[in-house]
Amino acid sequence: MSRELALRLGDDGLILGQNLSHWCGHAPMLELDLSLANIALDLIGQAALFLGLAGDADQIAFRRDVLDFKNCLLVEQPNGDFAQTIARQFLFSNWQELMLRDLAETGEPAFAAIAAKSVKEVAYHARFASEWIVRLGDGTEESRARLAAGLDWMWRFVDELFEGDHAPLRGEWDARIDSALAEAGLERPASRRPILGGRDGHHSEHLGHLLSQMQFLQRAYPGAQW
Amino acid sequence: MVKSVWDILATVPDPEIPALSVVDLGIVRDVSDAAVTITPTYTGCPATLAIEAAIRAALNESGHADLAIKTVLSPPWTTDWISDEGRAKLHAYGIAPPSPAHAAQCPRCGSDDTAEVSRFGSTPCKALHRCNACGEPFDRFKCH
Repeated sequence: MSRELALRLGDDGLILGQNLSHWCGHAPMLELDLSLANIALDLIGQAALFLGLAGDADQIAFRRDVLDFKNCLLVEQPNGDFAQTIARQFLFSNWQELMLRDLAETGEPAFAAIAAKSVKEVAYHARFASEWIVRLGDGTEESRARLAAGLDWMWRFVDELFEGDHAPLRGEWDARIDSALAEAGLERPASRRPILGGRDGHHSEHLGHLLSQMQFLQRAYPGAQW
Repeated sequence: MVKSVWDILATVPDPEIPALSVVDLGIVRDVSDAAVTITPTYTGCPATLAIEAAIRAALNESGHADLAIKTVLSPPWTTDWISDEGRAKLHAYGIAPPSPAHAAQCPRCGSDDTAEVSRFGSTPCKALHRCNACGEPFDRFKCH
């Protein structure tokens, strides 16, 4: 179970970090470029530590195929436009902060140490995303419509976050999300049939495309180093 | 011996903020007869490997090749561990030091009338600020 947990937490950070890093050089403003790149860096750093608990982090990251990845489906969703990226970050970071806080208190020592360190970083991510939810929701008609569309797409992947041991986090997460949405003047997206399966290795088509880029070098030149 | 190792480490600059040593930043947690214990600032900080390499080189050059370098995560690094000397060096270098209780002080003109522009700055440990009094943009070490 420990190895499974290490893979889940590590893969979440690795895949979201890889997705976010695509904004580098393309974000709407320089400050956002820095922010998204920094968040990506934090997530990949945390992923390296969690995957390190399951074995050689580089081997695990670059030499597994799609079916072996245990990330949630939310993090592998495409960046879309900036609003869709923020919607994904908002839902994920708020969950991740609560999850890490819990893990820091109740996890096995090796997990708790990484969680205690990471939660300080993720608190920034959650605050950053929540502020942009308000800014976009309370902004122009276009920013609001784009954010609503982003949230509507991402919402179907939320239930997967609260499977199993994580179920007790739902109440506090709901309160956080509702509070930011209320401030943004947005409605909660309509409930949909949840899409599950990432934790068991059942992924969307997006993950394969992402891995084909991320793993290219180590696939083409196995063992290559800086 | 332990004392002299601390002195050697105090000469190893941080690769991102060379005005400060790895001791000023609180990265070195412990020195014993067998090992130097360090802790990373941010998990994704790209300087982590460079810091370890720089410490290794400094130890080797000073005849301490037998000392191991141990990395620990717990307790997690905090800006509370930046020494007073380190804070003064940050300010002199043009980076506002972390201070939870106070607004960032402009390193150029000393005004407290400053605003945060972006919580994420040029490195993971810094946020971008602007001085409303003199107009200077500057980095502030994030309270962490």
